[in-house]
Amino acid sequence: MNVLGKYKSVVSARSTDKEILKASQDGGIVTSLFAYALEQGIIDGAVLAGPSSRPWQPQPFVATTRAELLKARGTKYNICPQISMLKEATRSYGLDKVGIVGVPCQIQATRKAQLYPIGMRDVPDKIALVVGIYCMEVFPYKGMQLIVEDHAGQKLQSVKKMEIGKGKFTVITERGNVTQLPLKVTHKYEQPGCHVCLDYVANTADVSTGSVGSPDGWSTVFVRSRIGEDVWGKAMAAGCFETKPIDQVKPGLEMVTKLATEKITKNQKTVDERAHFGVGKALRNPYI
Amino acid sequence: MEIFTEHVNGIMIHKITIGHIHESGCTGCLAALMDNYQGIFTILDKYADLVYGLTLVDVRKIPKMDVALIEGSVCIQDKLATDEVREVRDKSSVVIAIGGCACSGNITRFDRGGQQNQPQHESFVPVSDLIDVDIFVPACAPTPEALRNVCVMTYLLLRGNDEQKALAGMYLKPLMDLARSPYGSKASFNTLMQEVINLGLCMGCGSCAAACPVRAITMEYGKPQGLRDLCVNCGACFSQCPRSFFDHELMEHHEQIMGMLKAVMQ
Ligand code: SF4
Ligand code: SF4
Ligand code: SF4
Repeated sequence: MNVLGKYKSVVSARSTDKEILKASQDGGIVTSLFAYALEQGIIDGAVLAGPSSRPWQPQPFVATTRAELLKARGTKYNICPQISMLKEATRSYGLDKVGIVGVPCQIQATRKAQLYPIGMRDVPDKIALVVGIYCMEVFPYKGMQLIVEDHAGQKLQSVKKMEIGKGKFTVITERGNVTQLPLKVTHKYEQPGCHVCLDYVANTADVSTGSVGSPDGWSTVFVRSRIGEDVWGKAMAAGCFETKPIDQVKPGLEMVTKLATEKITKNQKTVDERAHFGVGKALRNPYI
Repeated sequence: MEIFTEHVNGIMIHKITIGHIHESGCTGCLAALMDNYQGIFTILDKYADLVYGLTLVDVRKIPKMDVALIEGSVCIQDKLATDEVREVRDKSSVVIAIGGCACSGNITRFDRGGQQNQPQHESFVPVSDLIDVDIFVPACAPTPEALRNVCVMTYLLLRGNDEQKALAGMYLKPLMDLARSPYGSKASFNTLMQEVINLGLCMGCGSCAAACPVRAITMEYGKPQGLRDLCVNCGACFSQCPRSFFDHELMEHHEQIMGMLKAVMQ
């Protein structure tokens, strides 16, 4: 199995839009690409993870303007059921060309909605741009609250940025306090459904992106489909991004491959073990 | 596995025969099929001859056919209906249950008889309780796009070249498995709980909430919460869930498959 999925090209990239970069997690790829697609009419709206009434709890919403797009910047590391808004976007908001961003399982859900639109009337033919974000695992909201409040000793309200990388869960507060936890501590709070997930870099997205593989402030971008190639090409031509060849940045593609292999190997093992979880009894395997 | 879109236009020499069989349903499934608008004419022009269908075709006796689309559940106190589905099974190569009523009973599960002018008609069961069903297309109503995709894939399964047969086989497999599974014909919100959430598979994507036609599912703290009194047993949530079935290899070809489905309907 190719852990990085099919792709046409991969680069290290960063947005050229200062306003977007200011509050983005890494290279501002998702926001810039959607802002460009919106401006050009490639999409007429996008389903994104935005703020909710609880601190750090994302809530899916439909953005139809640049200002709304900007509300969705930054990674939140806890569950946001974007797909619950997919049919709303076409049927209630009346969008004909929907953009969607999500972690790999949500991109899988989007593709399933297209190929098996069992309860997704008016969705399959109206998906215009699907952007995936690399993902190891997410936490349920309460799990994240435990990590930040009980382990890192910070109030969720005071947190400015969270980061997972280099074996650490990092919490940075508005006042500049930085707390780091080894991921060993956070593992048990992970969403169980993540442990059977066999996709790290959103193999079925049009474009997938994440910080891994690129230097700080940059993102690694896979262009996968014809649609992805088309939109990415146009956005590049319009000057939305600066790029570097992936083989000229550190740590490079090797790091992406390493993490993807780690995740998929570990989770495939979980899937396999489920086949004899009980005494002569299996837990259902969704992939066969 | 390569899928050659161009080939699709080259092989439409032999149409298949197809019938619509109406049991205890509301005709919503048929309406959904018709909501493919021009697409339905393309299907009937190029790929399929409709040989049976109440109000649509002037044929009284069930003919032999390649594909039978059955809508609605079956009343076991209604001899006409039970005889009819047996005959359909006998005369069709592929039987497809379309819609929640045919697949899992849907709203007719709440029926308990006592209505004029057949008050004794009180027990309604999914088609697969009486005959072997090959493919399920759940939901109330099933979507025009799902019916389109399944019809095209069934056509390819019967008339495609080897590659197309392989693709169609892969595509249809989970819907065939669903038709034979112990939970397919019992589908309700409980199926989502028992077969996904209880088994540690839910990852909170929200597909189930989007799929539910009666908005019985809300997402609370990132997980589905069902208002079971609202649930009509249509089965959409479970089938839509990426953790009910998902074939990574097939899904990698999503762009070609979508392209092919569009090309076919031109
Ligand atoms: S599935 Fe829905 S639309 Fe189809 S027959 Fe049953 S109630 Fe009617
Ligand atoms: S569709 Fe499945 S995985 Fe997604 S939220 Fe619903 S039950 Fe969970
Ligand atoms: S919860 Fe909704 S989608 Fe699921 S079976 Fe019930 S009515 Fe259908």
